[in-house]
Amino acid sequence: MGRFIILVIALAVIWLALSGYFDKPLLLGFGAASVLFAAFLARRAKVLDAEGVPLSVFPGILGYMLWLTFEIGKANLMVARQALAVEPKLSPRLFLVPNPPRSTLGKVIFANSITLTPGTVSIDLREDEILVHGLTDELCDEAGIKAMGERVAKLERGQA
Amino acid sequence: MIDWLLVRDIASWALILLGSAAVVTGALGLVRFPDFYTRLHAAGVTDTAGAELIIFGMMLQAPTWIVVAKLGFIAVFLGLTSPVATHAIAHAAWMVGFRPLVGARLRYDEDSE
Repeated sequence: MGRFIILVIALAVIWLALSGYFDKPLLLGFGAASVLFAAFLARRAKVLDAEGVPLSVFPGILGYMLWLTFEIGKANLMVARQALAVEPKLSPRLFLVPNPPRSTLGKVIFANSITLTPGTVSIDLREDEILVHGLTDELCDEAGIKAMGERVAKLERGQA
Repeated sequence: MIDWLLVRDIASWALILLGSAAVVTGALGLVRFPDFYTRLHAAGVTDTAGAELIIFGMMLQAPTWIVVAKLGFIAVFLGLTSPVATHAIAHAAWMVGFRPLVGARLRYDEDSE
């Protein structure tokens, strides 16, 4: 029931932010009805679980996204330098990094973070490893990516 | 007296121009890099820096908070979906046995996994 209420609140906030109607009772009524109906369907479809309504990663995920934004910025500069260089010095390679998060949600967050950072793309997800393709030696920062994995694992346990 | 509207315009223009530069850089990399996997990285610059900087720049130009909120949703959902698309493409290439060039000399490595 907790997840149901949280979902209703989240959907209501999204509906208000997207529509911008605060003083039209008829439209607000339709909005409330559609929010409740959507939440009811989600419950009927049994997707109100740790994946459908991921409460455990909040509020740590917000700080993580901010940190990730800076990492993405730094990596962007490195890739842009290669793309603009007269002679790009690429030394692409494949490497495996451990995937410490336990839940599917955590693994997906970690793999997506790797892909989102330019210069590294997650190619294959194994049991508890990820196969990563990196663009240059500088970008194949295995220690840095491992640290990112630990951070996601902490986030998933609700400690970040 | 600081003209805050002017400051906002300058900041917004700076972000939009930086974002456009990132898109062009990504496109250049896409053409110049040697193989499929390295080109994915160049596309990543367009996906992340390009798209997000232009959206932040547009947020500063927005006339109402509703527009800022909508652009915020676009920024978040782009951030959530573009790596999924990139991974789907990379994984598909990997699964059909397409192997990357490796090392500083950009050769195909016979013993790579």
